[in-house]
Amino acid sequence: MTLEDLQELSEKEQLRQAEKKHRILYCSAAGCASCGSDKIGAVLKAKIKEHGLEKECEVVGTGCLGLCGEGPLVKLQSDQTLYQNVDVQAAEQIIESHIVKNLPVTAKKVDTTQPFFISQTKIVLENCGEINSESIDEYIGVRGYEALAKVVNEMQPAEVIEEIRKSGLRGRGGAGYSTGLKWGIVSKAHGEQKYVVCNADEGDPGAFMDRSVLEGDPHRVLEGMAIAGYAVGATQGYVYCRAEYPLAIERLKLAIKLAEKMGMLGNRILESQFNFRIDIRIGAGAFVCGEETALLQSIEGKRGNPKPRPPYPSEKGLWGMPTLINNVETFANIAPIIRNGSEWFAGIGTEKSKGTKVFALAGNIRNTGLIEVPMGIPLRKIIFDIGGGTPEGTEFKAAQTGGPSGGCIPKDHLDLPVDYESLSKVGSIMGSGGMIVMDSTSKMVDVAKFFMQFCMDESCGKCIPCRVGTRHIYGLLDKISKKKATQDDMVLLQELCTMVKETSLCGLGQSAPNPVLSTLRFFRNEYEELLQPVEIYQGEPGVVADFEK
Amino acid sequence: MIQTEKQQHPSGDNRFKLLDRAITKHQARGDALIEVLHVAQGIFGFLENDLLIYVAHALKLPLSKVYGVATFYHFFNLKPNGEHTFVLCMGTACYVKGAERIQSALEEHHQCKFGQTTKDNKVSFITARCVGSCGLAPVAVLDNAVVGKLTPDESIKKVEQLKNTLREVVS
Repeated sequence: MTLEDLQELSEKEQLRQAEKKHRILYCSAAGCASCGSDKIGAVLKAKIKEHGLEKECEVVGTGCLGLCGEGPLVKLQSDQTLYQNVDVQAAEQIIESHIVKNLPVTAKKVDTTQPFFISQTKIVLENCGEINSESIDEYIGVRGYEALAKVVNEMQPAEVIEEIRKSGLRGRGGAGYSTGLKWGIVSKAHGEQKYVVCNADEGDPGAFMDRSVLEGDPHRVLEGMAIAGYAVGATQGYVYCRAEYPLAIERLKLAIKLAEKMGMLGNRILESQFNFRIDIRIGAGAFVCGEETALLQSIEGKRGNPKPRPPYPSEKGLWGMPTLINNVETFANIAPIIRNGSEWFAGIGTEKSKGTKVFALAGNIRNTGLIEVPMGIPLRKIIFDIGGGTPEGTEFKAAQTGGPSGGCIPKDHLDLPVDYESLSKVGSIMGSGGMIVMDSTSKMVDVAKFFMQFCMDESCGKCIPCRVGTRHIYGLLDKISKKKATQDDMVLLQELCTMVKETSLCGLGQSAPNPVLSTLRFFRNEYEELLQPVEIYQGEPGVVADFEK
Repeated sequence: MIQTEKQQHPSGDNRFKLLDRAITKHQARGDALIEVLHVAQGIFGFLENDLLIYVAHALKLPLSKVYGVATFYHFFNLKPNGEHTFVLCMGTACYVKGAERIQSALEEHHQCKFGQTTKDNKVSFITARCVGSCGLAPVAVLDNAVVGKLTPDESIKKVEQLKNTLREVVS
């Protein structure tokens, strides 16, 4: 298949869709599927059949429609009407009233002019909830694989890397390393075989962005990986996906099969000399495998123990060969950058953080779901405009980003622009994109304890600071929350946190104390309220003296 | 060479044939260990010691390595679960929305801690890190069905219902 064939196919698909009077989309991503959206889809299809409208209308299962808290969601693509909490009865009504009589069902209609919808900028999620994620034709219909065709036929690898570098794209897995620079290092590294790895081990509790991208638009990730493979000179790619995401794995498998059949993956891709294969590796439930060296160990079938860096995976990775590792969202950004040019991408966001970021908004907030916003947007806008604020009767207390490796951002910093630098300045991190909102009912010591328990359980045990340190930090937090601690324990807690942060081997240990440190910084009073006066321990003066230096 | 399908497992258990097929598919390569263990657990439900020995032998890996991998990853069970499973999500969103209250209510009602199976072997209570349905928090997975927006009372009721239903046989 050549670029012309691809464009022809794309036009054909667009024409096919345009001929339909109505495209009725129902969300078939994990959130809505667990409220029974499959059944809703079946009802919609049955009703269409009953009215003999199969020729004019089609019912399509799509990826995430965004407003996950109000599922199952149904959308009419023709007039962009969105329905929430659709049950069987409502599904029947949608067909009978809206489709047949052209009378929208007002009771279930969502106001799509509210900030949740209009304040977003969609790049990564542009196709999520617009196309059938199980159909490659529909992906081609929205100019899918066009970027890959352009790259393999018209561009040199160095030009591709330069284009990505100029776009200013930074790794969306959390650390924010320049994607173009990373690609450059791998392309220059020596090795008879190179690998491209997609990190889809989204272990951060409270984050489901990568899952939604894989479920809603898997081809976009594959396309990004193939472009990366061409740029760095790799012929084999792996997607390392969590076992907890069966639907995402299923859709990925199907997408790879379809792409191979169409000649988008495999040998001589799009009639060029470029060969690239993608295999899936399934994780087995270990948070530490999100760390790149541990992830590579796991792909090799070993325990997910991290290794010291350097050597970095870009020089010595999978089976000792140069390996490029990027996150799902990073790969999802590649195709649009190639298609629209690096200037377009660099025009979105802030000076140092370009493009958009997908956040999974959850916790004590009105609109829970998946959002995509331009970098640099104030936190206040995300939480109060898009998220609709905290539920009635409660007051916003803090937003937590970065999961167990991140920190809490209190009310005073609500006007903070959301980008890599600003977030790290207040002791949090961008992370992979989980954003949990906490209201006045959340106790910050308990939150810190919760995250520390997580890190303690997930520590792989290889290095002592993390294995032993997290356990003792947890013990201290437990003591504080049970009102048995004194000021001395606070000093010890602070020291231990610094020690674990500075001496652990990998990212898990180095960032594990962050939730404690950030709650200590902004909510110290909550800790101190729980402390016992030191006088009680006057019988043991040594304890006090030890830690006073 | 790898064991061919001609040799039947001494126990006469035909499920080993399925496992052999998966091992052959991966050319009995040692780096396919995690994939093979996934298949093995899918077929047998949990990873018995004998099964681990069998896998180690087939992939030509030391048993210590196979055991090391099987115990490292949370997804692998070395013990059988009860008739039903109740997996409570303890992700951050669920935690903030009160998953802990559900946990303590269930533990009290059934006199059974999470991570264990009730005495009558009916229900195993398990916690999960995050099932990714944060919009529906707090969430639990009851025998593969996700149930969202739970309350402590409701979850006790759901477990009672679960106990009285027959588990669908997973093909």
